[in-house]
Amino acid sequence: MVVPLGEAVRQLIHDGDTVALEGFTHLIPVAAGHEIIRQGLRDLTLVRMTPDIVYDQLIGAGCARKLVFSWGGNPGVGSLHRFRDAVTDAWPAPLEIEEHSHAGMANRYVAGASGLPFAVLRGYSGTDLVENNPNIKTVTCPFTGQELAAVPALNPDVTVIHAQRADTAGNVQLWGITGIQKEAALAADRVLATVEEVVDVLDPVPGQVILPSRVVDAVSVVPGGAAPSYAHGYYERDNAAYKDWDAIGRDREAFTAWLRELTSAAPGRTAPTPAVPPAPGSPDAGDPEPAGRGA
Amino acid sequence: MTTVTWTSDEIMTVTAARSLRDGMACFVGIGLPSTAANVASRTHAPDLWMIYESGTLGASPDHLPLSIGDGILADTADTVVSVPEVFNYWLQAGRIDAGFLGAAQIDRYANINTTVIGDYDDPRVRLPGAGGAPEIAASCREVIVIMRHSRRAFVDKVDFVTSVGHGAGPGDRERLGLTGAGPVRVITDLGVLEPDPITRELTLVGVHPGVEVSAVREATGWDLRVSDDLVRTPAPTDTELSVVRSLTGAA
Repeated sequence: MVVPLGEAVRQLIHDGDTVALEGFTHLIPVAAGHEIIRQGLRDLTLVRMTPDIVYDQLIGAGCARKLVFSWGGNPGVGSLHRFRDAVTDAWPAPLEIEEHSHAGMANRYVAGASGLPFAVLRGYSGTDLVENNPNIKTVTCPFTGQELAAVPALNPDVTVIHAQRADTAGNVQLWGITGIQKEAALAADRVLATVEEVVDVLDPVPGQVILPSRVVDAVSVVPGGAAPSYAHGYYERDNAAYKDWDAIGRDREAFTAWLRELTSAAPGRTAPTPAVPPAPGSPDAGDPEPAGRGA
Repeated sequence: MTTVTWTSDEIMTVTAARSLRDGMACFVGIGLPSTAANVASRTHAPDLWMIYESGTLGASPDHLPLSIGDGILADTADTVVSVPEVFNYWLQAGRIDAGFLGAAQIDRYANINTTVIGDYDDPRVRLPGAGGAPEIAASCREVIVIMRHSRRAFVDKVDFVTSVGHGAGPGDRERLGLTGAGPVRVITDLGVLEPDPITRELTLVGVHPGVEVSAVREATGWDLRVSDDLVRTPAPTDTELSVVRSLTGAA
């Protein structure tokens, strides 16, 4: 249950998977994202409501084939330039996008967690999102005749979250802004949680979300694993790092240098360093079928 | 001639803050809307109920957050709810009075683009996208937009309708089933625009001190109509300016 991050990523995430690393400004699983880059995973469909700089990094490193999202930016700073470069100039690889509104994405996860095929909401009406996304349709209420938006359930192969704590049995506890993590986890086939610490007993905290161990496939202890986002009660958001990312992300050379540093500074890493710009596809990792598959 | 003792961003922020009434529940976007809402809550609207889409209801941060989910918002909120809850139970259910939005582009019917400049499938500039804006624009009782005035931003027709303002004119919001009134005011660094009650076209109703109508028309990408009752924005008070500067860190 409690395994090193490298091993957890190897066991649970594979080339071509649909992967959601969720976190709404708070508790973003950045260290896990970096491990995905180090392991050179390819052709991922990355899902997240608010892809921010760790998704910019994953996209720039060539891990993603597709992005499903509702707001892709550097919060309070501006645009994601690796994301932009991939969309407008296919660098380092073409990136297919599927975009929604926050309300649409949130309800897609709710449907996924609920075992329903789709979600209903009052939204999207009159926007150009409708004609550019075949996953936004309308449905007529059988009781009132109202026309409402329908979006399909979102069921990632793997959801990755970062939480404050887990206990030794693998129950995971998070608090503060908990965003969409509960729904994203319960919608997924497999769940990886990185945590600040493992404790014997989880003391209750106001506003907490507990993910019982039976829905968590692996817990990895990664203190500081959400930085430069924050972990409520542990460390604050490093706003300067978000601002600094703008200059790195803007420039392919600066980004490539950043990437080289990330992939070379990896204690215990066994996977090959990804080439930049990477070729599409990557060698088969040859891992056994992970736990939780086929649900 | 007035001696200008404030910046164009400051008069814009102060004017936007004045648009919020005390006691309103206000859905606040990051950037200029957040600054303006925080000015309002520190001046004439101490009971403004600020909601950030991260799920923080009734936040009262002691400094401006950089993101919609900074820790200070959770620390000071009346309650923190999940993202599905904030969008479904609070916004969609009609519990929010005002939505406060920014935009990259806006058109004469106050439709908003935050998605792409150029063609969607081959964009010149890829912008962050929709976020919470489409449903904020749909379901808040009213929407206030704050953005800097320029020909690039104020266009005859937006390249992409991310969030619906008044569609193509009268009756469109009703036809589309949008429950809120839509944009009631657009506040810029030059003045204030409001939809004409009949045509729904954005019309200049106010100019800031020292700003000529011709300058606003020049900065607008359509033939901007000017209200017969055009007003001059009252100058910021010393209190308003000191609050703005304490928040933005300007001396």
